[in-house]
Amino acid sequence: MSANSNSESSGDGAKLGYRPVIHGIGLGLALAAGWLLLSGYFQFLLLALGAGSVVFCLWIAMRMDLIDHEGVPLHITWAALRYLPWLLWEIVKANIDVAKRVIAPSLPIAPSLFDAPVSQKTDLGQALYANSITLTPGTVSVDLDPGVIRVHALHEGAADGVLEGEMDARVSAVEGQQ
Amino acid sequence: MIATALDILSWILLLAGCGFVLIGAFGIWRLPDFYSRLHPAGLTDTMGAGLILLGLLLQAETAMVAIKLLIIAVFLLFTSPTTGHATARAALAAGLRIWHAPGAANSAPKGKDDQT
Repeated sequence: MSANSNSESSGDGAKLGYRPVIHGIGLGLALAAGWLLLSGYFQFLLLALGAGSVVFCLWIAMRMDLIDHEGVPLHITWAALRYLPWLLWEIVKANIDVAKRVIAPSLPIAPSLFDAPVSQKTDLGQALYANSITLTPGTVSVDLDPGVIRVHALHEGAADGVLEGEMDARVSAVEGQQ
Repeated sequence: MIATALDILSWILLLAGCGFVLIGAFGIWRLPDFYSRLHPAGLTDTMGAGLILLGLLLQAETAMVAIKLLIIAVFLLFTSPTTGHATARAALAAGLRIWHAPGAANSAPKGKDDQT
């Protein structure tokens, strides 16, 4: 999300368990599943075309150096799936809160722009955190630098919610799974 | 019987989703500045789109349709915060100032700097 997004992806690959073959196979399986689910046809010709497309896409991804821990984040998939229900519930609560404020005749808002600490160490983790903040109505991530995120909040409750750091800790826990 | 119950539930979800979309649109019209308008815009593509997709999911007749609806939901989960962040960041880069509630010029929480 920030200017340094690409600079670190090659350097810290090794310590994040960078295994090109595993990630390549993972991407291939995901692409194949995507083809089967979206087409729904199981004739030989279409399956062969699908297999060809998967191989072609893998080849392009390899040439573009996209098959790494960031492009194919297999290592956090399970942790991210366990994080999702909590995030969705937060989104539901924030939605109802913002909807009430928008409708209320007195328009109870107090927008602010502030910096909050970011504890994730990888670009992937920081992007996940910034997107989680934006996805929750009432807070939007405006700028992201290493270690600090600038957030626009619609009212003080939303700002305090970010500064409390529960979402930050949960995203860091997702990132910690490898 | 079950089909009727599912139909009713589906309609409730669809109408609630439409409600959130309408409130989001109303909020974009009502709120005072660009940054604060991003928040009600978020209503339309989280709860609005989410509830409508959920309602449609209950109407899906084949697994294939259901899977495609779920895939749309996943895409929205990635694209909507990305566009929201890009829009807000562009506004900040262009130097757009934020609107403060009258009489609360320094209301940034917990002593954080307000740098606009």
